[in-house]
Amino acid sequence: MASLSSPLRVCREILKELRVIQGLSYKQSLAYNYVLDQFRKNKVTEERYCRAQQEARHASLTYLCLLVSTRNHLALHNLYHGKGERSPEEVAGLVGLRLPTQPGGKGWEK
Amino acid sequence: MFKSIIRLKSGAISFCKVCPRHQAFRGTLKYSTASADRKRFYEDVSISQGEGGLYEVNLDRRKLKTPSGKLFTVPNEALAIAVATEWDAQKDTIKFYTMHLTTLCNTALDNPTQRNKDQMISAALKFLETDTICYRVDEPPGLVELQKNEWDPVLQWIENRYNVTIGSSSSILGPEIPEGTKDRLRQHLSSYTLWYLTGLEFVITQLKSLVLSLGMIDRHLSVEQAVLLSRLEEEYQ
Repeated sequence: MASLSSPLRVCREILKELRVIQGLSYKQSLAYNYVLDQFRKNKVTEERYCRAQQEARHASLTYLCLLVSTRNHLALHNLYHGKGERSPEEVAGLVGLRLPTQPGGKGWEK
Repeated sequence: MFKSIIRLKSGAISFCKVCPRHQAFRGTLKYSTASADRKRFYEDVSISQGEGGLYEVNLDRRKLKTPSGKLFTVPNEALAIAVATEWDAQKDTIKFYTMHLTTLCNTALDNPTQRNKDQMISAALKFLETDTICYRVDEPPGLVELQKNEWDPVLQWIENRYNVTIGSSSSILGPEIPEGTKDRLRQHLSSYTLWYLTGLEFVITQLKSLVLSLGMIDRHLSVEQAVLLSRLEEEYQ
């Protein structure tokens, strides 16, 4: 992402990530309202080097990075991570057989 | 995985940022087996404020707890909301490996290695001796230049900011860190809470550099920049 320095852009990106995470009802979520509140609070300031504003800006960039990276990590994980072993039914199904069933269950099962 | 590294760091950084200095610091939900078959068993996620101004996270009617059974409490609202968002983000199954802030909070609350602040600070300072930024190579010249241009300003910045001296060296043994430097940094780090130090330790382990971690936390560097500087050699190739 080229220049993310404008707070409006960061805010929009964070809200986009929240929408991806939470689906359609993201506007009612806690995070949505909190983020908007924070951005509004820090919006109006006269000084150029307002420290609270800089801190908020850095925090927002960091949180955005977290959300984006988590999403990417999940995608990578789904793509590359092993799915585990197949169950015996599936393995039998692969070669066209079916496991035998025993009506009444096996003796030692409760 | 480059992105995972970024995510881990930004998680720890968000963690540090929302737990500032001197922050005054209940259900049967357990994590138990970490198998991926744990289904999402709750509808709503909310937060509430408990005693002492600490925030708790609620899944439906039940309060969230740490793996060791303690009540999950965080010092401020932003962190509570972020953790709640992580839990809310789980779809059918619960994937603990995506819930980084939750994991960090649990580590801070449970303190599984039972360490106190001094031990954590000493461990962090020990890392300074093997700090990535201090280790320079002699060749190839392109990499030497890159290291000089990218890492030297950060070293200079930290020397000015904390009034310490940290050299860089290209030998195997690494730089000599004078005692005064360690003392000043120790003093600085002691003013932070255990939560902050937990996060900081995680960042240092990921970035392999105390200098870069402090730079990032003090807003001199952004997360992406710090990660890039940490991986300079790999990026060069």
